Amino acid sequence: MKSIVCVKRVPDTEARIRIAGDGGSIDPSGVKFVLNPYDEFAVEAALKHKEAAGQGEVTVISVGEASSAETLRTALAMGADNAVLLKADRTPEGLAAARVLAEEIKGREYDLVLFGMKAIDDDLQAVGAMVAELLGIPAATAVTEFSVEGGKVTAHREIEGGAEVIELKTPCAITITKGAYEPRYASLKGIMAAKKKPLEEKPAQVEAAGAAPALSYPPERQAGRIVGEGPDAVPELLRLLRTEAKVI
Amino acid sequence: MPGIFAFAESRDGELRKSAHEVVTAARKLADALGTEVHAVVLGASGQAAAGDLGQYGADKIFVGESGAFDRYSPEGFTTVIVNFIKEHGCDAAVFPATALGKDLAPRVAARLGVEYLSDATALDAEGGSITVTRPRYAGKVFGKSTVSAKPAVVSIRPNVFQPAENAKAGEVQQLNVDLGNADFGAVVKEIKAAASEKLDVSEAPIVISGGRGLQSPDNFKLLEELADAFGGKAAVGASRAVVDAGWRPHGDQVGQTGKTVAPTLYIAVGISGAIQHLAGMRTSRYIVAINKDPEAPIFKVADYGIVGDLFQILPRMTEEVKKMLG
Ligand SMILES: Cc1cc2nc3c(=O)[nH]c(=O)nc-3n(C[C@H](O)[C@H](O)[C@H](O)COP(=O)(O)OP(=O)(O)OC[C@H]3O[C@@H](n4cnc5c(N)ncnc54)[C@H](O)[C@@H]3O)c2cc1C
Ligand SMILES: Nc1ncnc2c1ncn2[C@@H]1O[C@H](COP(=O)(O)O)[C@@H](O)[C@H]1O
Repeated sequence: MKSIVCVKRVPDTEARIRIAGDGGSIDPSGVKFVLNPYDEFAVEAALKHKEAAGQGEVTVISVGEASSAETLRTALAMGADNAVLLKADRTPEGLAAARVLAEEIKGREYDLVLFGMKAIDDDLQAVGAMVAELLGIPAATAVTEFSVEGGKVTAHREIEGGAEVIELKTPCAITITKGAYEPRYASLKGIMAAKKKPLEEKPAQVEAAGAAPALSYPPERQAGRIVGEGPDAVPELLRLLRTEAKVI
Repeated sequence: MPGIFAFAESRDGELRKSAHEVVTAARKLADALGTEVHAVVLGASGQAAAGDLGQYGADKIFVGESGAFDRYSPEGFTTVIVNFIKEHGCDAAVFPATALGKDLAPRVAARLGVEYLSDATALDAEGGSITVTRPRYAGKVFGKSTVSAKPAVVSIRPNVFQPAENAKAGEVQQLNVDLGNADFGAVVKEIKAAASEKLDVSEAPIVISGGRGLQSPDNFKLLEELADAFGGKAAVGASRAVVDAGWRPHGDQVGQTGKTVAPTLYIAVGISGAIQHLAGMRTSRYIVAINKDPEAPIFKVADYGIVGDLFQILPRMTEEVKKMLG
């Protein structure tokens, strides 16, 4: 079974995000970048299914700046077999990213293309479904677990108040959310091995970006008021919720 | 005249709450641009409630009924909507940022060859162009985009756009959704309802979440009882710590790797307030924290807090809420 996993380099969840001088991007200085947490789930899913099948190949692909090579190495250290960096002078988002990825994937042989459910920088939750659409292959999004059997994938997708069970024909695209694929840590051996695994770099044709969004900080949430201590504070809390906040 | 397309989600023949929010948001854009709202409802037969959308500002309501739409069909819905938009034209297409909407909207955008902006918290029309405001970096910053290409395909965050009545005639028309013998590569075979028929955390107006402070899965019944006291308006959520411990299902997890919620009232009980948890609930209208540690970071974002032992506070709260609402 051949899987392709699309991975993105993003700021760590703990990172303090500061708006850069141009007002449309963030200041990367001092920010730690990591493999997108949802993409870790996707890499883990690809590895698990390869292990279960006893054969196969896991290729990781990223579109972005030269520094995205690090992110690909992280995925190689987890156990992916080879990597492709589609190098650009900036990391595209949304449809622009999907177009570059689809262009690369369409020339390849694969059974599954996996994505994270969303990238935690743009929080878009779109690229996986868009790539599937551009490739003309079926897709399931927000999948917590799937199985593969004889050219057929059965995926569990999270919906409000339950799950949908979707059957897909391969090749197909799946975007992964937290669920059955708790990501493994890269072992020291894995990290050493990753250095020798193939990482191909190619220039990506990224279309010109539209106007950047105007970024601003949300209004600071004011630390509110400690209404009191212990159960005796409850009536006062409820009174405030009713008369001041007017929410109950 | 190109209108504003509004996708009104329904399940089992009933409109979802998000449908009213989507139509409300679309109405506002349509008024600013001097155009109409075209609401589309897809499902199996019996979409009788669709007519109600006129009340929220839909000028025309297109109902596409088909046995094939008994459940969500990713490719089927995409095809019907893209055909509709091509035929009727639209300046903007508004979807709910629900599980279904977040699956469908990016497909529609990709097939139309336009960008898509998800989870918007504000939609405006300024000088004839549409602007979309949405959180980025888990809400650490907000980005406001001016969309030049048409249509602007967006999804809106549940619970943020309060449904407003703005009655229009709301003329209902049937939409032809015959897709011939389409052979779709992805088919929803089954819907597994969660153990309880409770409100989902992403949709409930009140969310009461529990964390490691609850000490055991059984103690979540204290939260369930409080939720019940709010009379079917509250859902119980969880921190990742307790989901990872297997105490609660992942569908209940609030935060960066769980659900993003924006209820009118969020009550965090025995939750410390880690940055990844805040990522999923910081746009709630009011936040209440109950924690024994006065230094817990959750108090920094809470509007109201009680310091103390949750095991003493919760039963009292349930009792008082019952008294107040019962
Ligand atoms: C990549 C990544 C993604 C993550 N995603 C998420 C996510 O989506 N959602 C999420 O929640 N977390 C997420 N986390 C984990 C997060 O960092 C925290 O570990 C987690 O939120 C802690 O959960 P908690 O508040 O329940 O537990 P703790 O931090 O242990 O807090 C328990 C709290 O309960 C209080 N308490 C204890 N006993 C009582 C009592 N008797 N009465 C009152 N109060 C009491 C304590 O004072 C304490 O503040 C993520 C982490 C990473 C690295
Ligand atoms: N620049 C990129 N390079 C590779 N994969 C990407 C890129 N951007 C997004 N993806 C993939 O698409 C998923 C969803 O991203 P998004 O739609 O931006 O939230 C991510 O989790 C990745 O799997």
